[in-house]
Amino acid sequence: MQSARGTLLVLPALTAIALLYALPLARSLITAFRSNDGSWTTEHLARAFSLYGRDVLFSIGVVSASLVLITVISISIAGYLVLGTTPWAVRLLRWLYRWPLFIPFVVSGQLARSFLSTNGMMNGVLVETGLLAAANAQSFLDWRGLVLTFAWKQTPFVTLLLAGAMAAIDRSHIEAARNMGAGRLRCLFNILLPQAAPTLWVGLILSLVAMLSVLSVPLMLIAGNPTMMTSMMAHRITYYGDYGIANALGLFSYALTAVTAWVYLRLTLRREANP
Amino acid sequence: MKASTLLTQIGLGLMLGIVAFIVFGPLLNLAMWAFAEQWFYPNRFPTDWGFAFWERVFRPRAGAWVSLFNTIIVALLAVLLSMALAIPAGYALARQALPARNVIMLLFLLPQAFPNLPIFVNIAAIFYQWGLNGTLLGVVLVHSLPGLVYAVWIATATFATVDRSLEEAARNLGASPLRSFKDITLPQALPGLLAASIFVFLDSIDEFTGTFFVGAPEITTLPLLMFNASMGGNYQVAAITALILLIPSVGFMLIIERFLKADVLSRIGR
Repeated sequence: MQSARGTLLVLPALTAIALLYALPLARSLITAFRSNDGSWTTEHLARAFSLYGRDVLFSIGVVSASLVLITVISISIAGYLVLGTTPWAVRLLRWLYRWPLFIPFVVSGQLARSFLSTNGMMNGVLVETGLLAAANAQSFLDWRGLVLTFAWKQTPFVTLLLAGAMAAIDRSHIEAARNMGAGRLRCLFNILLPQAAPTLWVGLILSLVAMLSVLSVPLMLIAGNPTMMTSMMAHRITYYGDYGIANALGLFSYALTAVTAWVYLRLTLRREANP
Repeated sequence: MKASTLLTQIGLGLMLGIVAFIVFGPLLNLAMWAFAEQWFYPNRFPTDWGFAFWERVFRPRAGAWVSLFNTIIVALLAVLLSMALAIPAGYALARQALPARNVIMLLFLLPQAFPNLPIFVNIAAIFYQWGLNGTLLGVVLVHSLPGLVYAVWIATATFATVDRSLEEAARNLGASPLRSFKDITLPQALPGLLAASIFVFLDSIDEFTGTFFVGAPEITTLPLLMFNASMGGNYQVAAITALILLIPSVGFMLIIERFLKADVLSRIGR
């Protein structure tokens, strides 16, 4: 009786998820393997790879570079927030780093378009401070712009999670290590980071999913080829109405996420097996 | 000793200055574009400032008003729909012994765990058959997918924090299940549910991909207007629209910490 009523309460939401998620998901998986005459085929996959293999590699490259950048910066910021000894600097940094978190992806695309262009503020400041000769100023609106924009947008998110995990670690561990003469950098890499690593992984995987989902930023930043898989999927749909190849590309992005999630699960299981 | 601390302070100041430039530089550059009437290469700053483009954007019958109206209507309807589905579901998931509860929770996690572009593409293809493409209802539905996911997770976590004994006391005093839910459970869960609504609202306002495939070109929301202006090379209009888009995001995020309490956050995903 109880569970019947509970099921009844969940049913509308479940129906909505089935119609808005499970059905399109099934359609995307099936269409990727269906030829026009209705028989099963792997032709879409092969054609997607031969047509867009460079874009797939480009996407993997951009996403990996962004993840590396995000990891390095978020560890530095989160580490300083937890171990920093200058109160005003810690407070200021805590207030500063969060801002891009609140900014939508479309808007960050537009921010990058003006900030990273040849005449943008980044080049302006580099030239004014003498770090760059005016003649060498160039537009960063290519793969570098994509990496910088993704990192700018996602670093605060990963930092927020990581700093939270680090702050939850027992302070006495750090103090004991500090008393034994360990430097702050050693505390960060030998005590804080190993314990907070699972949270870092979750943040990175969610960022990977976000970067592989965003359509607006690659459309706005990259004009030609190669570009991100998302751009090519949209291109295939809008110009050719070709769902087979678009969904085959979608399959690649699922596979990429699945592989990363699998690596994470393996690492977690191994950690739990021998702590 | 004194000199070295001074040096550390200066170094820290310099580093934070660089961080501040990286964070706020792009925003400042955007704001400059919003008020630039003339800005040609290689001028470092606009040569002419003014509000001319603001007038163009907000002229009566200009596209911006329609887009703004669409954006708000869609966001409000997406909140209504998501919450109407999520409140009963969240209550049942938090309170009642459901068969396959973990599978259901996982099902509500999947949409956020994998890239969603293929989903939107195929929703558009399905909606096309159902005649929902280019309609307000279609856009509301596509915005409710990510909304529903957030709403169910936050609602479940919120109902889990509500003190059960008060409900039981009300039931013992003869209140009907519906009455005890309305008078006891709902008021206590309100802050978390409000937070969920805000998340859904913000997510809908910023949503681009779903609207791009399902709504365009009939239904234009602010993100699409901004995108089209930017791709058309009209940086001023794009910058002004982007600034408008920033207001709710930044504003709501500053107050959301009041609604989403730590005890709710710690229960998300349980």
